Amino acid sequence: MSHQNLPAAQFVTPVTQHFGAPLELDCGRSLPAFDMVYETYGELNAARSNAVLICHALSGDHHAAGYHHPQDAKPGWWDTCIGPGKAIDTERFHVVCPNNLGSCRGSTGPLSLDPATGKPYGPDFPIVTVRDWVRAQARLQEALDIPHWAAVIGGSLGGMNALQWAIDFPDQIRQAVMIAVAPKLSAQNIAFNEVARQAIRKDPDFHAGYYYEHGAIPSQGLMLARMLGHITYLSEDSMGQKFGRELRESKLNYDYDANFQVESYLRYQGRSFVERFDANSYLLMTKLLDYFDPAADFGDDLVAACRHIRARSLVLSFSSDWRFTTTRARELVQAMLKAETEVSFAEIQARFGHDSFLMAIPEYLGVLGAFMRSIEL
Amino acid sequence: MNSPEFRWVNDWIAPHTRVLDLGCGDGSFLSHLRRSREVRGYGLEISTDNIRQCVAAGINVIQTDLDQGLSTFETDAFDTVFLLQTLQAVRYPEALLKEMLRVGREGIITFPNFGYWRNRLQLCLGGRMPVTASLPAEWYETENIHLCTISDFENLCHRNAFRIVTRVILDAHNHPSMGGRMWPGLLGATALYRIQRR
Repeated sequence: MSHQNLPAAQFVTPVTQHFGAPLELDCGRSLPAFDMVYETYGELNAARSNAVLICHALSGDHHAAGYHHPQDAKPGWWDTCIGPGKAIDTERFHVVCPNNLGSCRGSTGPLSLDPATGKPYGPDFPIVTVRDWVRAQARLQEALDIPHWAAVIGGSLGGMNALQWAIDFPDQIRQAVMIAVAPKLSAQNIAFNEVARQAIRKDPDFHAGYYYEHGAIPSQGLMLARMLGHITYLSEDSMGQKFGRELRESKLNYDYDANFQVESYLRYQGRSFVERFDANSYLLMTKLLDYFDPAADFGDDLVAACRHIRARSLVLSFSSDWRFTTTRARELVQAMLKAETEVSFAEIQARFGHDSFLMAIPEYLGVLGAFMRSIEL
Repeated sequence: MNSPEFRWVNDWIAPHTRVLDLGCGDGSFLSHLRRSREVRGYGLEISTDNIRQCVAAGINVIQTDLDQGLSTFETDAFDTVFLLQTLQAVRYPEALLKEMLRVGREGIITFPNFGYWRNRLQLCLGGRMPVTASLPAEWYETENIHLCTISDFENLCHRNAFRIVTRVILDAHNHPSMGGRMWPGLLGATALYRIQRR
């Protein structure tokens, strides 16, 4: 059934939760109050034991599954995995997906008004960390009166978020699923993020981050940042299959416009990203990713960090992911094994690169679905 | 359990111990051990389809190519390491046995005895590689690349100073017969060993 014909009750509506008490942050500052916008799919059972927390990635948001309106062109970003009868089965689980702090998609972030000045925070929004995200998500958990999560699940940065949960709140999470993750970023990962940040910060319209006040948007910089990021999410193979060296006009134009299809695709990706994402948020998210390092709190000993984990865990990697490779995922798995954590690991053969975690790959959905079905509520 | 040899192996496992199952398949042996002995541990498997079945059964499983060794695991991480009907399919049997006894205090190995009389008969009289109940595939499509006899295996243990703690020889019906005790190399279809470091 196409979503245009769904009964109104089956459309999803985001909810905003306000938190009046301050949130202390890793950077030493605090947010006096904050909002978190979230969506839920599936019913919470009477025992309140079937709640699943979905953690979104770098540019993700709370709209993980389903549709908001009959006119929506696309469903939520993880609709391949979340829904009735899907790997994360909403007939069995009550799925909660919040938008995280620092984002520009509804929760408190650089676009929000700073109560101290009455103006948007902009670049003065504190640099939050994955640990801060976990603390904020724990506040949401409390507000929703969910005693524990049956599972905390995420891909990419979301998977790191899930790992931090398992370490920081071992008693409040029964299962953790970490997909396409690394225990921390490599120098190469950080380098890519730095180029993205430089692209934004060197844009003449950036105005040191106070571009809202100038009625400007550093759209060229943000577009470049996204184009660069997007390349790292795909694989050479998948780009080759999708575009090859296909030309836009079946001949070389001997100019600097987009001659090849891949060029116009990247420009399109960059431009559409500018319409939905804020540059200060992007800077913040990349920094948060760079700072992620759960072992740092344990004398750089990842095994010691993993000894706190009580959740049964599933780690998945993808063969063509060169952003967070199987080797990086195995680093985490090895530490979890040394810490005698209950963990399973599989490398999924997939050609879509890092973005594979969003794709409907039967082998991937099979293992994830099997793990979810094995959860006792 | 569908394979009767598992019953023997089961009896060798102390409750609440830490185990590692190399080539754990769909995890049914670990599931069984977890119920009967409340063991903790992991299975290692190369096939994603088997991994899916392990995960569905709540078995911890790590995708691993045994030919790459067990470097993921620390020395003495386990009480018992299993290698059930898998030895003959690995690229480096000797290295893997050494690795087993590095990461585990004890190794339990089962394999089809290539010296079983039916195999000998098919090879000697028929002049063909044996195809039997325990070795059902033709030579060109078998996964078994390192078949050995009971003597071969014991020689390898001797060479590496592995101590054979227990040996059970089963006939084609998975029974320990009188004949198997007297002429194991000839009448044993399946061999079960518990080995330790000296």
